[in-house]
Amino acid sequence: MHVVVFTKSTPDTAAKVEVDANGNVTWGDSPLVVNPWDEYAAEEALQLKEKQGANTTVIAVGPEMDNDALKHCVAMGIQEAVRVWDDALEGSDSLGQAKALAAAIKKMGDVDMIITGKEAVDVNSDAVILQAARFLGWPVLSFVAKIVEIDPATGAIKVERLVEEGRETVSAKLPAVVTVVKEINEPRYPSFIGIRKAAKLKIPVWSRAESGRARSEVEAGAAKTKVLEKFPPPPREGEVEIIPSDDVEEAARILAEKLIEEKVV
Amino acid sequence: MSGVFVWIEQFKGEPALVSWQALGVGRKLADEIGEPLIALVFGQNVGELAQKAIHYGADEALVADDQTLAAFRVEPYAALVTKLIEERSPRFMLAGATTRGRDLMGTVAGQVGAGLLSDVIGLDVIDGNLQATRPIYAGKLLSKEVAEGDFQMATIRNRAFPTPDPDESRTGTITQVEPVMAEDEITVKVEGVEEAVGEVSLTDANIIVSGGRGVGGPEGFEPVRELAEVLGGAVGASRAAVDAGWIPYAHQVGQTGKVVSPDLYIAAGISGAIQHLAGMRTSKVIVAVNKDPEAPIFSVARYGIVNDLFKVLPALTKAFKEKLGR
Ligand SMILES: Cc1cc2nc3c(=O)[nH]c(=O)nc-3n(C[C@H](O)[C@H](O)[C@H](O)COP(=O)(O)OP(=O)(O)OC[C@H]3O[C@@H](n4cnc5c(N)ncnc54)[C@H](O)[C@@H]3O)c2cc1C
Repeated sequence: MHVVVFTKSTPDTAAKVEVDANGNVTWGDSPLVVNPWDEYAAEEALQLKEKQGANTTVIAVGPEMDNDALKHCVAMGIQEAVRVWDDALEGSDSLGQAKALAAAIKKMGDVDMIITGKEAVDVNSDAVILQAARFLGWPVLSFVAKIVEIDPATGAIKVERLVEEGRETVSAKLPAVVTVVKEINEPRYPSFIGIRKAAKLKIPVWSRAESGRARSEVEAGAAKTKVLEKFPPPPREGEVEIIPSDDVEEAARILAEKLIEEKVV
Repeated sequence: MSGVFVWIEQFKGEPALVSWQALGVGRKLADEIGEPLIALVFGQNVGELAQKAIHYGADEALVADDQTLAAFRVEPYAALVTKLIEERSPRFMLAGATTRGRDLMGTVAGQVGAGLLSDVIGLDVIDGNLQATRPIYAGKLLSKEVAEGDFQMATIRNRAFPTPDPDESRTGTITQVEPVMAEDEITVKVEGVEEAVGEVSLTDANIIVSGGRGVGGPEGFEPVRELAEVLGGAVGASRAAVDAGWIPYAHQVGQTGKVVSPDLYIAAGISGAIQHLAGMRTSKVIVAVNKDPEAPIFSVARYGIVNDLFKVLPALTKAFKEKLGR
């Protein structure tokens, strides 16, 4: 079984993210980290490696900054890393990136599962992975909170998904795309040996041509969505009103009245 | 090219509230481009839902009533949506940005090669194209994005748009359509759903009362639950409380939990870490109850009480019981 983790780098979630005078997003000197949801995907892939002898690869479609995420996954124990990128992908949208990802997966040839986090926290979207699944013609098992069983002989997979109403048990056949939520596991820390291996690693970069896609299909000109502007949300209005609470019962009554007056209860 | 499609999501026949909000947005877009608003209603025994979709603003409902569509699955749903897009050539399609809406719309966008604006909180037609505002970096920034091409799609965030008032006198056409895939062509099988019973859904809730590390243990959620109950609200939690095992992950609010936007959010014993704020800062009114007057949660709150939550929450429960007569 070959399990591929799909990831990207994002600013640390504690970072203060801002837009500079040129309209570019900045995050000060905060480090880049692996997209937090993808850590759970990497952990799940490692458990499949340990329990079922799966081969593991981590892949990113993006510029050099994505090496940070790839190296983190290697430091956790993922065996191989690949980055797909060239200048034609600069400014591409999710459709272009999904095509590049699907082509790279096809090139690998033997992939049984792509596993990734439920979304990328920077763009707040899962469009790339869903569209890649479509280009591959694979089913998507999203928001997975537990892989109940995989039968490597038949490719049967059963998972529990977290949906609005509760937990849904679903079965399907590999190859498939799996997206995971936090509940699925507790990601391990990179080991000392893993960190050393990752530091020395030279990550191969596959160009779009190598992964078999025409430039015209992926480049910015083919994009069907464009970002016009990024900006900070309007600040929340007004200062907090602290209700004195030497007498808690009285404070509660005052607050209750104010909330009823505001028509929020 | 004609019409605006809106997918009406249902679970066991119950419509998702966000679908009506999507119909409200769809109505506005359809009027602006002068084309009909068409609801897509798939499931089993969903005729009544189609009628409701008309009341909520649709001009026509395309209804597929079939056992293969009873529970949502991406494969048969996406295949049917794709066929309807080919037949009707709509300009736009909208759905709620729920777990199902995201799966369906992302898949269809890949299938037909359409631009998809996901999880939008603002949506307009500018020069014939969809233009959206959507949160990025977990709401730390907003992004203004535009779609291009003959057919464009968007998913809308729950509660970001108003729910229209239904008009029971509205009439429209109901058209039956046939599913595309037979059961033996569908690889994904739903074996069952374990429902979280008797709980108000966090993302639908008008009111949320959340507890953090300050509640001190699983039993510390009792006063949180009691207040939520009097208010008819849902119970939320910080990651610290979830990680400690005091409450299931489904209740977590924040960057790696649920993003919520209720009318009233009461945070008790929550410090207000940036990752928590990412999940609730768009709430209309925020109330913070915390012992520490320096806690960052006060910087986003409208009202604060600096005191022990074990005194404040029961007092609030009592006050609301009296004032609301519950
Ligand atoms: C990648 C990543 C993702 C994350 N995602 C999330 C997320 O989705 N959601 C989330 O919430 N966090 C998330 N976090 C964690 C976040 O950084 C904080 O650690 C967490 O929110 C803290 O929870 P808390 O406020 O309950 O606990 P604390 O920060 O420990 O705060 C407890 C508060 O309770 C107050 N208190 C204590 N006792 C009482 C009392 N008796 N009465 C009143 N007040 C009292 C204290 O003054 C304090 O302010 C994430 C972190 C990372 C690194």
